[in-house]
Amino acid sequence: MTWRSAKVVGLHDETATARTLALAVRDWPGHVAGQHVDVRLTAPDGYSAVRSYSIASAPNSDGRIEITVERLPNGEVSPYLTQEVIVGDELELLGPIGGWFVWRSYQSESIQLVAGGSGIVPLMAMIRSRRLAGSSAPFRLLYSVREPEKVFYRDELRAFSNQDDSAVITYAYTRVTPKDWPRPAGRIDASLIARGTWPSNVRPTSYVCGPTSFVEHATDLLIAAGHDREKIRTERFGATGERK
Amino acid sequence: MNASLNYLDGNAAAGELSRIFTVDITSAEGQCANCGAKRRFAEAHLYSHCPGLVARCALCGHVLLRLVNVGQRVLLDLTGMRYLTLHPTQQPEASS
Repeated sequence: MTWRSAKVVGLHDETATARTLALAVRDWPGHVAGQHVDVRLTAPDGYSAVRSYSIASAPNSDGRIEITVERLPNGEVSPYLTQEVIVGDELELLGPIGGWFVWRSYQSESIQLVAGGSGIVPLMAMIRSRRLAGSSAPFRLLYSVREPEKVFYRDELRAFSNQDDSAVITYAYTRVTPKDWPRPAGRIDASLIARGTWPSNVRPTSYVCGPTSFVEHATDLLIAAGHDREKIRTERFGATGERK
Repeated sequence: MNASLNYLDGNAAAGELSRIFTVDITSAEGQCANCGAKRRFAEAHLYSHCPGLVARCALCGHVLLRLVNVGQRVLLDLTGMRYLTLHPTQQPEASS
């Protein structure tokens, strides 16, 4: 696999600290929902830094992808991608990468998505892929997020859950809840898993994405609720949120 | 952050491995040479905050893979795995 040139063709703020970049990629071979790309930035002195970012957009044939980048206070790459980059800039990109944490549109079984913070990104690609393919696979999303203002893709997720009964979203707020929210702020727990995810007898395939500690916790809860470890796929971010 | 949680998944090595192998190693099933567990490479625990990459068995912690870039050379140690089952015809990028 070789590095490809990618031109920034659109920018869109998801939250105060996260930005979606639309990229037109030269000779893009297409991707599967859940895959990621490596982005390489090279300074004039030759120093280069590589980071992995999940693809947010559904597979398509127009040679464009979207990534959503959360700005990290001490990040090397994310401040540039979320604050400095302008339309027309060129980046170097390797991908699509990864064949395990993927959802293919022919999968008809029930799907449980569990997102921690910006872990929503590859799961959003799956939700978008489902819609684009006209799939009726029953999807549930449990989305754990610090506070309402940190929710990515808010309007699109609302439309997703309104469109049919087989797409259900449960939000969990860890620090600040919306007004009159029934559940106090806190990390996900067994009762939320019981209420917001498929029962284990449905035997869903689960995709869990987020920081390592979140993924450990969520996976342990799913297994304690009777889910089969073999049917849980995970993708962890590093402590810094930058994957390498 | 708990130091013992300072790892990622084998997934995160996919970019580095794609520079060497033409098939996706992360979705291949490998057997740990120590405990015999059969898991997808993507499910291994990956330690990447070092000069190279170290993947450990998610079950017993045995080192499955070490990869280090030394100048223009790549050193790869796979002795921690008894075998890998690859799917050469299954292209991950073959979009459905």
